[in-house]
Amino acid sequence: MTDFGAAISTAFALVANLDSDLSEVVALSLQVSLSAVLIASIIGLPVGAALALFRFPGRTFLVIVLNAFMGLPPVVIGLIVYLLLSRAGPFGVLGLLFTPTAMIIAQVLLITPLIAALARQVMETLWLEYEEQLRSLGSTPLRSLGVLLRDGRYSLVTAVLAGFGRAIAEVGAVMIVGGNIDHVTRVMTTSIALEVSKGNLALALGLGIILVILSVLVNGLVYVLRGIHRQGVTP
Amino acid sequence: MMSADAPTILPLELNAVSLTLGDKRLIKDISCTLEAPQITIIIGPNGAGKSLLLRLCHGLLQPSAGAIDWRGAAGRNPSPHQAMVFQRPVLLRRSVQANIDFALSLRKVPRRRRRALIEEALTRAGLKRFAKSSARLLSFGEQQRLALARSWALRPQVLFLDEPTASIDPAATHVIEEVILAMREEGTKIIMSTHDLGQARRLADEVLFLHRGRLKEKSDAAAFFAAPKNDLAQAFLRGELLWWQRRELTPP
Repeated sequence: MTDFGAAISTAFALVANLDSDLSEVVALSLQVSLSAVLIASIIGLPVGAALALFRFPGRTFLVIVLNAFMGLPPVVIGLIVYLLLSRAGPFGVLGLLFTPTAMIIAQVLLITPLIAALARQVMETLWLEYEEQLRSLGSTPLRSLGVLLRDGRYSLVTAVLAGFGRAIAEVGAVMIVGGNIDHVTRVMTTSIALEVSKGNLALALGLGIILVILSVLVNGLVYVLRGIHRQGVTP
Repeated sequence: MMSADAPTILPLELNAVSLTLGDKRLIKDISCTLEAPQITIIIGPNGAGKSLLLRLCHGLLQPSAGAIDWRGAAGRNPSPHQAMVFQRPVLLRRSVQANIDFALSLRKVPRRRRRALIEEALTRAGLKRFAKSSARLLSFGEQQRLALARSWALRPQVLFLDEPTASIDPAATHVIEEVILAMREEGTKIIMSTHDLGQARRLADEVLFLHRGRLKEKSDAAAFFAAPKNDLAQAFLRGELLWWQRRELTPP
């Protein structure tokens, strides 16, 4: 338990002193994961809604693939992005490997299927309820898509949060494509992995505690926002 | 453009309409013509095909065989001149007035004309004080009144109602019947299904009696309720349970 006590005091000391290395790592973590969530939502939410709305050949196959990709191992994604971005790879000329951009790309690939699959489930339930009424009113498919995204917004936030949770907690992909370079691509999860391997358990635990607190804060913030808009949310 | 100003899309002609879903024939060979802005009530036991017939007429389902023709439409799209109220009201997760506003926007009613239409429809349905509340927080009866108010605001030439009062209390039912009668006065054709015989007697100008997917009788309401010609309809009016086999009916 001494480790744990030391970890907590280390964590508090880090936060209280606004340790510049720590804030850099936290800021990069948030920057990478929030960017990834934003991009993945812009792609994933409409894709999920469209899969719920439209019937086209190959749709079932797409849904199965999407559901399967929800649980893709981050390390595999990291490896694929690594191969694509490495000097010899097709996108090697861009020189993106071991940059935050590469980490964002990996996380986007990781969480877009998750967000799209969760969004599809939410949207499909809603569409079942709305379809006849919207068609009766003469809504175009595009208009219906907008209505579904709007009316399902609170459930969709949950899908986005799930994506954020997966992104911020993920270590395998960002480690491979980012390289855990100090002051460049070091994020909280890779720092933790590094400190553990250095035997610096207290610091690692301290970082872990901050990571958990961050997660709780983001979820709490969303919960509060939902509470403010509670009116009209009753399913 | 409001649909009431346009020439009528009626009469509605059904020609040997059948509907097969899976391997079940649910609507069998229905032919009839519906016209004039009066109230047509479709009655029949559960599973007779009342809801399916409404959906076929409204264009939500396509017939497997036969044709449904809006004779008056003459090449125009008949859909914008119709509206439908479903058994379970489907309201969007926004305010009461925004629900009507959304429907009006889909019909391309100019923004400046919407406010008056919304206000009138809400007043008519007794929902004006709820205009800004969330539609999803209304009671079931109020939600159904809002669904009807939304249809009223659209000024359809033809309004379909699928058992609109099936699970609401007498007070809300009364409001809904009042609005339906008012819409008829304004020239809207009402086509409505119900299995409430009292309601059918109160509202109907014309009755379609459906049984097991077949149109068994189409008569003026007065004639139908005085003496239906079809033996199943006679049994239905007497309140007997309709079984699949004719011989199980008591003779009239």
